[in-house]
Amino acid sequence: MKVQHHLNDDVIRSERLPNIWCPGCGIGIVVGAYVKAIQKSTIPRDRHVSISGIGCTGRVSGYLNLDSYHTTHGRAIAFATGMAVVRPELEITVIAGDGDIGVIGGNHLIHAARRNVDLNVIMVNNFNYGMTGGQHGGTTPLGAKTHTSPYGNIETPFNVPYLVAAAGASFVARWTAMHVRQVTAAISRMMEVKGFAFMEVLSPCPPTFGEFNGFPDALDMMEYFRDKSVVDHNADLSKIAVTARPEDEVVVGNFVDRRRPSYQELLGDLRTRVATQGAGKK
Amino acid sequence: MSRPSGGGLAPGTYFTMGNFACVEGAILAGCRFYAGYPITPSSEIFERASVRFPQVGGNAIEMEDEVGSMAALVGASFAGAKVMTATSGPGFSLMMENIGLAYIMEAPCVIVNVQRAGPSTGIPTLVGQGDMMQSKWGSHGDLEVIAYSPSSVQEFFDFTIQAFNSAEKFRTPVFVMADQVVGMMWERLRVPPAEEIEVVQRLVMEPVSAIDRERVLFDYTRDFLPMAIVGTGNRANIDSLTHDSRGYPSTDHEVSENMTRHLAGKVKDHAKEIWRWEERYLDDAEVAVVSYGSAARSALAAVKSARAKGIKAGLLRLQTPWPFPDEVVEKLSSKVSGLVVAEINFGQMVHPVRENSRCPVVGANWAPGTLIEPRAIVEAIQAVVAS
Repeated sequence: MKVQHHLNDDVIRSERLPNIWCPGCGIGIVVGAYVKAIQKSTIPRDRHVSISGIGCTGRVSGYLNLDSYHTTHGRAIAFATGMAVVRPELEITVIAGDGDIGVIGGNHLIHAARRNVDLNVIMVNNFNYGMTGGQHGGTTPLGAKTHTSPYGNIETPFNVPYLVAAAGASFVARWTAMHVRQVTAAISRMMEVKGFAFMEVLSPCPPTFGEFNGFPDALDMMEYFRDKSVVDHNADLSKIAVTARPEDEVVVGNFVDRRRPSYQELLGDLRTRVATQGAGKK
Repeated sequence: MSRPSGGGLAPGTYFTMGNFACVEGAILAGCRFYAGYPITPSSEIFERASVRFPQVGGNAIEMEDEVGSMAALVGASFAGAKVMTATSGPGFSLMMENIGLAYIMEAPCVIVNVQRAGPSTGIPTLVGQGDMMQSKWGSHGDLEVIAYSPSSVQEFFDFTIQAFNSAEKFRTPVFVMADQVVGMMWERLRVPPAEEIEVVQRLVMEPVSAIDRERVLFDYTRDFLPMAIVGTGNRANIDSLTHDSRGYPSTDHEVSENMTRHLAGKVKDHAKEIWRWEERYLDDAEVAVVSYGSAARSALAAVKSARAKGIKAGLLRLQTPWPFPDEVVEKLSSKVSGLVVAEINFGQMVHPVRENSRCPVVGANWAPGTLIEPRAIVEAIQAVVAS
């Protein structure tokens, strides 16, 4: 079936629909929230840039009617850093998966947060490598079964909001695909924040994660998010690791929102200082 | 075509280091963005860039690794900047991933490799030319690349400018394959007046106000395509996946053929415009040495020494190892009775030379971490003559 028109045609490349995502996937919900945030944004449309890496969430950029970049696996933040330094007026949003942002690209993530590069990073966490068929990664809960952890995952996963907050980001949030309004509002806030703005969005992945871990149907994990999410903006981030066990709570909220000079601001100050103090040094 | 803008080194004669000359060439070529990671023996390039780029309104940023540096270059290139990085073997290996990204996205960028000795960490402080084949074949998926190889401080300056011009014209990553000797050597540098420096600017896509969903963003029947710069209203999708004329991912065979042939063809079909070489004592030569980079300095000494012994030897110095100047080598090989390929490795450029030669080809190879000594090349010349 070819889709002819879409309500969000001004931001979506509707000629590319239907998308590649599986039934029950949460990525489309995050895209919808991003589209709404762009439509609400007062920043001129042509300054909005979408950059993604590789994987299921990596495909987001290609569906957006923006300047969009589908880069290499894990490198979207580094790519975005180069672009953002040259053109600080751009509103760049990196959307990518947990494997992309938090594992293969983990080094770029923590250093961009440390530098406080003025970027928005949305990490859709579906707890596994989905596009390659369901393997465990750095965000897979302890004990979870995947094709590369058939006897249960023995590795402790990253608590990514805690990591990114510790690295120095200006804004850190976590929501789930169930929290459409909160995700949209957080993206709007991330567009205002000067500095590194990070949000983890937990997402169902019925065919490659849910199937083997107690959430086989499309709605199972959404119901889990609905029933077990606890909003706590002031949560102790060291205690908010996600277990994805039916009995455990999922702590969500806008945890960090602080003003630190952004990397672009600091680079601008540096250039001004060099220009006014003269080139005589060295 | 344009001339250098302000802030570059004033015309005149200087006594300076190869790595410094590289930075000054880059600034005069219009480069205003550097992303790097320190590595011996290229670090003076990053250090000099850190001093100089803010003075000319640019940025020199330090990334967390060479993977990130190379990714940042591609992003900055799409922001409209002329961009560069410099590295050595281990960093070059890490850059291969996003060199491929620059290639498929057609992002102009310059990568300087100040080559050092040995595999892995090797000997960071000593010379080698072991990355020549890596520059051609190191990034997966069959790339056609452009590489310059300077033999002096002056050429490190000149070829850096030339590398930017080729990167801008061909919209592709361009290598400056220097080595530790050329990078750390101090020599005379002549900075010509601005009007003598040619500076090429990339073709830029005209902004489009109305979005035509079927528009052809990438007309692969053309050799050189205008670049969609971010934030100018093109709303282009730039993809690392094989993509069609609209920029959308595709697994269609014809799409793949068109895109990959375009990427390789724009370099291959214009190879003769890119080739640069120097001929010394070749008019009456009966045997010739083929060399490049710092090794070519020893090769010239060897040729002179052979001539003193009564052997009519000559030198072909490859200034652009890639695209390989096959016709130049073939022509020479039909004039001489043998070729000696002198390089600081166990035999790399000797392979394309042999592939394109009609006469016997032998390698003069030397790679303990020192500049190849002329005597090793003279011995090879004598062996060729004797056979």
